Amino acid sequence: MMIAVDLILFAFLILTAIAIARLRNLFAVAMLSGLFSLLAAGLFVALDAVDVAFTEAAVGGGVSTIFMLGALALMPREEKRPVHGALLPLVLCLVTGAALVYGTIDMPAFGSPDAPVQRHVGPEYLARALPETGVPNVVTAVLASYRGYDTLGETTVIFVAAISVLMILGISLGSGRQKGGE
Amino acid sequence: MQHHLILRVVARLLLPPIFLYALYVQWHGDYGPGGGFQAGVIFAVGFILYALINGVDALTRVVPPRALILLLAAGLLLYAGTGIATLLLGQDFLDYSALSHDAVHGQEWGILIVELGVGITVAAAMTAIFLAFAGRSASVEDKDW
Amino acid sequence: MDAAFALIAGHANYWLVVILMMIGLYVAIARGNLVKKIVGLNLFQTSVFMLYISMGKVEGGTAPILTGLPATVYSNPLPHVLILTAIVVGISTTALALALVVRIREAYGTIEEDEILEIERDVGSKS
Repeated sequence: MMIAVDLILFAFLILTAIAIARLRNLFAVAMLSGLFSLLAAGLFVALDAVDVAFTEAAVGGGVSTIFMLGALALMPREEKRPVHGALLPLVLCLVTGAALVYGTIDMPAFGSPDAPVQRHVGPEYLARALPETGVPNVVTAVLASYRGYDTLGETTVIFVAAISVLMILGISLGSGRQKGGE
Repeated sequence: MQHHLILRVVARLLLPPIFLYALYVQWHGDYGPGGGFQAGVIFAVGFILYALINGVDALTRVVPPRALILLLAAGLLLYAGTGIATLLLGQDFLDYSALSHDAVHGQEWGILIVELGVGITVAAAMTAIFLAFAGRSASVEDKDW
Repeated sequence: MDAAFALIAGHANYWLVVILMMIGLYVAIARGNLVKKIVGLNLFQTSVFMLYISMGKVEGGTAPILTGLPATVYSNPLPHVLILTAIVVGISTTALALALVVRIREAYGTIEEDEILEIERDVGSKS
């Protein structure tokens, strides 16, 4: 059952990705990338990562698409036909993909409970989170408490990125905008 | 979007549940999926929807850009300030055990506070980025959609 | 034969993720349109997230929210934490990239890579 859900989601994801690669209308590409994020959120639920799925659905499916459309409103909507041949990138991707697949062969099987990644810090967090922090959602406990430094850094990145966007595009600080009203 | 009556009415109905849900996600993140990152994004989506119905000017009247920039910094300062507070209380940076009389309660408080800081920064960042793009907009014609 | 089947069943998930990753890489390097490149990088990024989350999955496990029921298998929470923050950082950097593209469009009048390079060459040869 789980495998069927996985495979169907992957089939849709790959179809969406191919459609994104082939389409030249940028509005359609923006909408499809939102769809891709929504499907990815579905896959994350199937893989037990509900917090991640929640974030991906809200960020990738919602805000990301809005930013894309907001930027597209300021530029041409149609992509030019590519001038270079597609052969070299295709070969490069195939070679890279083959190398990655070769690399996965040594990895423990998908879902295996005695993979190295499941045997060290993971169970430790699961066992200690509730008695030490009193928070049943282990993801929240690790995010805010055990890896608090990490999250502080990530928040700083978001802060800096927002400040940079404001510096690049500018934002009027008055209550109304001076120009370009609708 | 002034003449899309159905969209405007439906969007207006959706606004209160969106904000309520964002608050639920913010404060219930300890017990279910959710937390500051998600709540911040949902809050920002509420503001963006408001701007889409009523225009960007209406949004800047509700949240002035100056306030957004202050909030952007305030969230991060709340997070880092919690770390400083735990330092002053004699623990390591961001070790929340010092925040209350017993360690587990301190951890719970600390997690709530830093999640709130994250939520404020993310919500302000997303809204500010939207305003930066929308403030430049060459108006989108209806035929383009 | 059985060993080959076990290999495929155990790794098909990773291989599907690699296919998605390579489609993203292809879009990012084969297309000259800057917005398309950003979308390609986003595809690539989301595939990397999937790879991480796949590694944290435990067979028969459930989401790492403690229920108090005995003998429940939970998936590994650590990859979830790393990816959760990475998603939000990803949207911030995407917004930054889009802002730069908007400025490039205003400065050059185009968002096609080869046209921008041509303008750059023309300016360089004149001066």
